[in-house]
Order: sequence, then C-alpha cells, then structure tokens
Amino acid sequence: MSATVNNQKLTDVHLDVLKEIGNIGLGNATTSLAQMLNKKVDMQVPQAVFISMEEAMEKIGGLEEVVACVTLRVEGEVPAQVLFVFNAASAWYLVDMLMGLLPGTTNQMDEMGQSVIQEVGNMLTGSFLAAIGTMANLKMVPNVPMFAYDMLGAVLSTSLIEGGYVEEHILLIETVLFEEQKHIKGHFFFITKNKSLDVLFKALGIITNS
Amino acid sequence: MLKDIQVGIADYKTANNPNKIITLGLGSCVGLTLYDPQVKIGGLLHIMLPDSKRFSGVIKPAKFADTGIPLMLKELQRKGVILGRLQAKLAGGAQMFSGLDKKFTMNIGQQNTEATKKILKESGIKILASETGGKHGRTIILDLSTGLLTIRTVGTSLKVV
Repeated sequence: MSATVNNQKLTDVHLDVLKEIGNIGLGNATTSLAQMLNKKVDMQVPQAVFISMEEAMEKIGGLEEVVACVTLRVEGEVPAQVLFVFNAASAWYLVDMLMGLLPGTTNQMDEMGQSVIQEVGNMLTGSFLAAIGTMANLKMVPNVPMFAYDMLGAVLSTSLIEGGYVEEHILLIETVLFEEQKHIKGHFFFITKNKSLDVLFKALGIITNS
Repeated sequence: MLKDIQVGIADYKTANNPNKIITLGLGSCVGLTLYDPQVKIGGLLHIMLPDSKRFSGVIKPAKFADTGIPLMLKELQRKGVILGRLQAKLAGGAQMFSGLDKKFTMNIGQQNTEATKKILKESGIKILASETGGKHGRTIILDLSTGLLTIRTVGTSLKVV
C-alpha cells in the first residue's frame, strides 16, 4: 500500500521535485509561446507550496486588478487544474501579436480576443502536460478551456471553487512568464490535491515516507 | 480617516459606526451584510459554498452559508444587535467563466445565493437588497454609519443599495 502524502510528510525534497516538474513543464510551454510570438520568453523559477485557498488568495494579492484567465481541468491519473492569468494589458498585447495587429490596437476584450487568449492557454497547457506526461509516463488529459475577464479575486476564487479545490490544502506551483520587453506578464498555476501527488511521486520513482 | 476593515474569502467581520467593512472581488462567492440601523452595528460575511454538510472535517465554518451565517449572527447579537431589526443585503453569486466544460459550470454562485436567502428567511431576517448573479465580479463596502452598501464592478459605475 502506498503511503499518503500529506503536509507533514512532504519534505523539501518533494517540494524540490515539484518545482522541477514545474520547471520542465513550463520550460516546454514557454518555448511554445516564444515560437508563437516569435519573441524571447522567460520565466521565473517556479515556486511550489502547500497552501489553503484563502492563503493563496492573500499571497497573490491585487484582488481587484482586471485580468484575463484561462483555466482547464486536467483529467487522468493526476487530476489537476491549470490556470493562466494575464493582466489586461498583457492580454491585449497577446491579441495584437497573434492577430497580426499593431501593438496598442486592442484595448478591450471581445469575443475574438477571448478565443485568442483561450487558444494561448490551451497551447501552453498542452505543452506543459506533454512534458510532465512524458517524464512521469502518466496520462494527463486537458479538458476544454474556460475563460473569464474580470477582477483577479473573483476569477481566481471562482475557478478554484468550481474546479472543486476547496479543501484545506492544495499544491500550488506558481511562476511568472514574461516576454523579453516586458509587454507580457502572465501567472501560471498548477493546482492538485494531496492524494494525486502520491501517484505523481510514485510514477517518478520517489518514495514517500509511510 | 478610518481604514476600511477588510474581510478575506471564507471569513467575516463585525463592527460599528463609523467604520466601513469591505470585501474584494466576489465571484461565485456571496457577500452578505447584516445591519441593525438602531445601534449602527453590522457585519459582512464572505461565503464560498452553500452547504457544509457536503464536506467532512470542516475547519472554517465561515466558508459555508449554513454555518457562517449563524456564526456572524451570534457575534452581532453579543455586540447588542436585535435580530428583528436586522437588514440583510447580498451581492455576488456570479457565473464568472464561459466555455464548454460542463463540469465547470455547475453554477455554485446561484447555489450560494439560494442557500443564503433560504437561511435568512428561516431566521426571520428581511432582505433589503440582492445584487446577485450575472457574469461579473463585485467588490462590496458596507458603511456602518448609514447601512448603505456600495458595489463596485469592472467597467460600470458604482452602485449604492
């Protein structure tokens, strides 16, 4: 019987592994975005924390900032949720770049913009999951993307609640992607439950203390 | 100037005149304010989910409508509020996301609104205003000097109820 991973038993080694997963998955996603935009895209070193949803909201802050958010439920051996959050200016810039418009053309979010951002989220998630799936030999299938353009607090809380992540602690892997000239800044979140981590660690050959 | 008292998600605060209580970025969550105009004492609860009975090992009762409302009521009564004088206002319960993932659109917002209204009715508290549903997030501020609730949304002007 495999041991259950929980807060207490999760060591620095485990968190390092999770950070590395974030690194590899997002490295792949970042490359895809760079190709799409034909620009250099960088990312911060991912952070992995166990946190309650309330703590996550507090940590992220800026709850009234207007953002575009794409979120996808991940089904398969490690059920999870992926979120990409771009502030309004970044989202407009992405739309301009991908629609071949002059930068500064887009200044609101219409249906066309929404589908562009949804597609970006779809593509980034696909690259992220493909990298992790290959590394851990796990099946992880993204669902269709959901979209919102509104206050960060409203968007973030609703995505976690509707995704079912309301238990006391969730794993949050977080990083910031940014385009070279800082026109785009996006937050990425990968959220999963304690019990899914067992499967992930086992697949990676990492033993959890029993 | 007094600093607004901030309420986080799944939490509540009570205070008296001339304070203001605020909660930021309600999406599917419901913000419930209760106010006694005679003593000018009131509270704000940021409800995340309708029913605690669907979960085991609840640590934060303020998260749920069924456990959070009685909790705030108790504290308000300790501070001198009379149940029969209380005025309730609620905002939030929106459907924030659009897309085709059916499992994602189970409309928790509407469930939160319905559960909150039901509990208020059972407790005999009258609802003066309900700004719920729709597709937009809301920030709400309760002014304890007047009992007025200010609602802020993205892209529209302030609304006071």
